[in-house]
Amino acid sequence: MDAQKYPTPHLVSIRNLSFSRGSTKIFDDVSLDIERGKITAIMGPSGTGKTTLLKLIGGQLRPEQGDITVDGQNIPQLSRTKLYQVRKRIGMLFQSGALLTDMNVYDNVAFPLRAHTQLPESMIRTLVLMKLQAVGLRGARGLMPNELSGGMARRVALARAIALDPMMVLYDEPFTGQDPISMGVLAHLIKSLNSTLGLTSIIVSHDVSETSLIADYIYVLADGKIIGHGTPAVIRQSPSTWIQQFMTGAADGPVHFHYPAKNYVDDLLSTGKRY
Amino acid sequence: MQHTNTQDTLVGLFVVAGIAGLFFLALQVSNLGSFTSGQGYTLTANFTNSGGLKVRSPVSLAGVKIGQVSAIDLNPTTYQSVVTMHIDTAYNNLPDDTTASIFTAGLLGEQYVSLEPGGSDTYLKDQGKIDITQPAIILEKAIGQFLFKSAEEKSE
Amino acid sequence: MIRLLRQLGGDTRTGFTKLGRSSRFLLLALGGVVSVLLRPRLLLNQLYSVGVLSFLIISISGLFVGMVLGLQGYYTLSDFGAEETLGVLVAASLVRELGPVISGLLFAGRAGSALTAEIGLMKATEQLSGMEMMAVDPIKRIISPRFLAGCLSMPLLAALFSAIGIIGGEWVGVGLLGVDAGAYWGQMQAKLDFQNDIVNGFIKSLVFGFVATWIALFEGYDAVPTAEGVSRATTRTVVNSAFSILGIDFILTALMFGDD
Repeated sequence: MDAQKYPTPHLVSIRNLSFSRGSTKIFDDVSLDIERGKITAIMGPSGTGKTTLLKLIGGQLRPEQGDITVDGQNIPQLSRTKLYQVRKRIGMLFQSGALLTDMNVYDNVAFPLRAHTQLPESMIRTLVLMKLQAVGLRGARGLMPNELSGGMARRVALARAIALDPMMVLYDEPFTGQDPISMGVLAHLIKSLNSTLGLTSIIVSHDVSETSLIADYIYVLADGKIIGHGTPAVIRQSPSTWIQQFMTGAADGPVHFHYPAKNYVDDLLSTGKRY
Repeated sequence: MQHTNTQDTLVGLFVVAGIAGLFFLALQVSNLGSFTSGQGYTLTANFTNSGGLKVRSPVSLAGVKIGQVSAIDLNPTTYQSVVTMHIDTAYNNLPDDTTASIFTAGLLGEQYVSLEPGGSDTYLKDQGKIDITQPAIILEKAIGQFLFKSAEEKSE
Repeated sequence: MIRLLRQLGGDTRTGFTKLGRSSRFLLLALGGVVSVLLRPRLLLNQLYSVGVLSFLIISISGLFVGMVLGLQGYYTLSDFGAEETLGVLVAASLVRELGPVISGLLFAGRAGSALTAEIGLMKATEQLSGMEMMAVDPIKRIISPRFLAGCLSMPLLAALFSAIGIIGGEWVGVGLLGVDAGAYWGQMQAKLDFQNDIVNGFIKSLVFGFVATWIALFEGYDAVPTAEGVSRATTRTVVNSAFSILGIDFILTALMFGDD
């Protein structure tokens, strides 16, 4: 974008990030950059810590090592108050939507506005209805979260995530468990909101087809490392057999179909053991 | 909005009911209603035997409760029981020849100090001492001595 | 044997870690109480779900416990010809022990388990995480109001339990069995002391409310965020609260009524 206005084109920079849970290393010296105004996808098989990465960016987890810079602020070193200041400018869409179950759609979207602004109720109403209109659910404002379908809940959550007009929205598996229509609706929303509101978006997903349609740039994570990055076109042409297997969804390849085990024939012949 | 209003009303009712319960316990169930121990003055009396009298046992005059026992000690030289009583300020006109006796309310009831005013014109003052005391009435001695003895042996 | 010891050592360590975490949690929750006072709406909502919704079970249980005490006490006391002291027996047992303890146990079962399940589910459905990401502190917003509501409700519930129980005892004792009403109330008033009985019972209920709410909220907040984790946490809430209430009751009773 306009390079004069910002010192760097990157809104988020991650340098030499390491993080482990127990003895498993989830990130091992990972570095990546998220460009302003773009939709960046972080892809990889389940269990590679994609959600963990979002939590690290949001400051909910602390890395063992490395820097996570969001808009010039190093997240792991921020005080609680400063961190909360940054978080007000980040919207996050959780996998389950994470709507507050004891209030209706309207109050859910109004929640961050009421918590962080002193706006009069009439102004809040206007803002809430605008955000709900943007996700097409203005008519559903009176419903409770348990009356919403999964796709609608995610759209409400999206309206809530953009309520404070953030600079960046993090999407945690936005397409998982959605039917094709709501998948299409969500993909369209993410794309259009990103351009109309001038957002920067990070999508964490293992849904190859939808994500690569809307992403401007893709990082592929596996075993705590980045094994490939580039525009969707570049990734699709990648010479890496691993990336090819991931993108096409082949059953066997560098990621084996079988969990490591001893020789099949030997195993069947070794009688007298329970396992 | 309707929903919240009913909810608030119920919360209000709940708090009122809870506080009413507390007041009920304080005033109706305990001795707070009949006697407040703030205002008052102290009298002492020596008894040869204060029997089953306890701290907080009532002190009454003509059947009306006018105070309560605040301490029971032993005088090490006379081997008498020194009973300290807290009397309500309203009853500050007890003559100095008042008699104190220990009675039992009913056969198995608790023991209390009964005061009997004399004819003197001077009144007992704070920290005053009642000289004429009666440890127990005859009837009680007759029935009670046996009971007390065995009770005391047991508690020893 | 060595393995057993090692296991025991490990368990002890986990226990201490959990105690440490729960103490930290308690401090944070107490720290948030001030901000609750600035937003009474949050507290009112919780007083409703913690206090009002426990009201019915507490009153009905109190009534029956009082009536049973009236019956049992009457039959035992009438053997000694001391039916007049029925009021003392009913009131003393309720105010000193049964009121705080039974309403504490019922409170843990009714309100405590609901709190754990609610918080655990909020955690499992990422609502707590979501709040954090919206720069709203879930401790201040979710935990502290519930904590305060629990601590405020419990003494009120226990007082109601005792009061209704005493009236229930009167129904049975005076109404059905013919104890003199004057004796029932008079002996009670003469024997029960405000400071020693009512205030001490009140303190007990306050402590039980504090402990039961603390356990319930911590178990919910600390729950493994899955359906199974939440159900386990709910069970732990009820069991741990019951143990704590009974254990603390013994200690408090020894301290309060020991030297009388």
